[in-house]
Amino acid sequence: MSGGTLDVVRAGALTTVQDLGRSGHAGLGVPRAGALDLPAHRLANRLVGNPADAATLETTLTGVAVRTDRSVMAAVTGAPAPVRVNGRPAAWGTAVRLPAGAVLDVGAPTSGLRSYVAVGGGIAVAPVLGSRSTDLLSGLGPAPLRDGEAVPLGEVTGPPLHADTLLWPAPPEELVLPLLLGPRDDWFTPAAMDSLVRGRYEISQHSNRIALRLEGPPLERAVQREMPSEGMVVGAVQVPPDGRPVVFLADCPTTGGYPVIGVVPESLLSPAAQAVPGLTVRFVPRRHR
Amino acid sequence: MRLRPVGEDSLLVDLDTPEEAQAWHARILDRCGRGVPAPVRDIVPGDRTVLLYGVTDVHAMEAELSRWSVPLSAAAGGPLVEIPVRYDGADLGAVADLWGVTEDEVARIHSGTEHRVAFCGFAPGFAYMLGLGERYHVPRRSAPRTSVPAGSVALAGPYTGVYPRASPGGWQLIGTTGARLWDLEREPAALLTPGTRVRFVPEEAAPGAASAARRRPA
Repeated sequence: MSGGTLDVVRAGALTTVQDLGRSGHAGLGVPRAGALDLPAHRLANRLVGNPADAATLETTLTGVAVRTDRSVMAAVTGAPAPVRVNGRPAAWGTAVRLPAGAVLDVGAPTSGLRSYVAVGGGIAVAPVLGSRSTDLLSGLGPAPLRDGEAVPLGEVTGPPLHADTLLWPAPPEELVLPLLLGPRDDWFTPAAMDSLVRGRYEISQHSNRIALRLEGPPLERAVQREMPSEGMVVGAVQVPPDGRPVVFLADCPTTGGYPVIGVVPESLLSPAAQAVPGLTVRFVPRRHR
Repeated sequence: MRLRPVGEDSLLVDLDTPEEAQAWHARILDRCGRGVPAPVRDIVPGDRTVLLYGVTDVHAMEAELSRWSVPLSAAAGGPLVEIPVRYDGADLGAVADLWGVTEDEVARIHSGTEHRVAFCGFAPGFAYMLGLGERYHVPRRSAPRTSVPAGSVALAGPYTGVYPRASPGGWQLIGTTGARLWDLEREPAALLTPGTRVRFVPEEAAPGAASAARRRPA
């Protein structure tokens, strides 16, 4: 079956194409990018029979609506949201058949922030440095979707996987982020370490795919000199001069000049993708080994 | 040399000087490019560090690196790139004042220095080049510009950089180049990769004189 086309009926507040991101180019200043909620991205692909590295659509806050020009399977995962096919309610979290010409409408999430839309064959925009992901920091990959735009689909490669049940945990009242201390925890005072353990932080409105910005007790530095730029990782908790920690997400810069007090393991970072502004954040730091 | 764990699967090699970091980066690229002792997803040099990002076996890597002794000469012999530049930047006069020389001498000193890409960051293809002596280090502008044109050659702290595309920036602009710093049709897309030696070649200010950079083998 040859690939078809998705027409963007309603792009929503911010809908981007995402896959597993770019690897191997960080040394040249190329951010990782890729789906923020990787488990949701992978599941959406599995439900429609795509490999994990097929590109999905990542919506933000207000969903997306697309029209397909061929009969194809689609699945919506991540933040639970009302799903409609040609105006009729359809299931979230399972594969649904879109007839040719049908409009799939994903509404605003009932909890969480980002939903993922996989379509059989995957979004087939041209890869850039091995990935189709939109990188909002450096502008690599396709621009965010716009109303009226047409997006190519790839060829279907496998049968959909039917999940009988899909569990979605109740929306958390706080975001708990385990934190492996270092590499620069020795740049902070004992009082800062205490704030990190006991402090309650709140997710700021200025958060995006680059970072979660937090309001809360500032982390005081023991070392005042400037830090020479060093490599940064996704999940790094960087502390700028105002002392408010910043949790780096997929579009974060590859190097930075402020100390990293600890790193949220990537495998535990996906809940941050669904954390809405105003949500409480608590860190659970531990030392290596 | 100190090894600092970063998250679950990465290691920061922490060194005392940029020269040591460049030597370690060259050695790590050479060995890890061949999968020794374990595959690494990304190798990211910094000013005084090398980040091994996404190491398949962190403990094997730690054990291996702690056995290494890397001479500074390991950093020698990167490829040489010549970048044509017109010394016409908006901050050329300010830099001349900071250095206590004339604008012509800024061009002479800057183009008479061999620079070396220490690391990349800020934007794809943006290289932080070291080479200027300490007396020529300059502060960032007190107010960053909202848009610096692509191809601007600029100074900040110990570094020279060239903006691959128009972006906000706080560096002191000393010149302009027509060289393509970032080109997705090229492999690698970045003209200036870590370890590359760089010479800036003054160009006469003639319209359309912007010529391509030349890359020479190591």
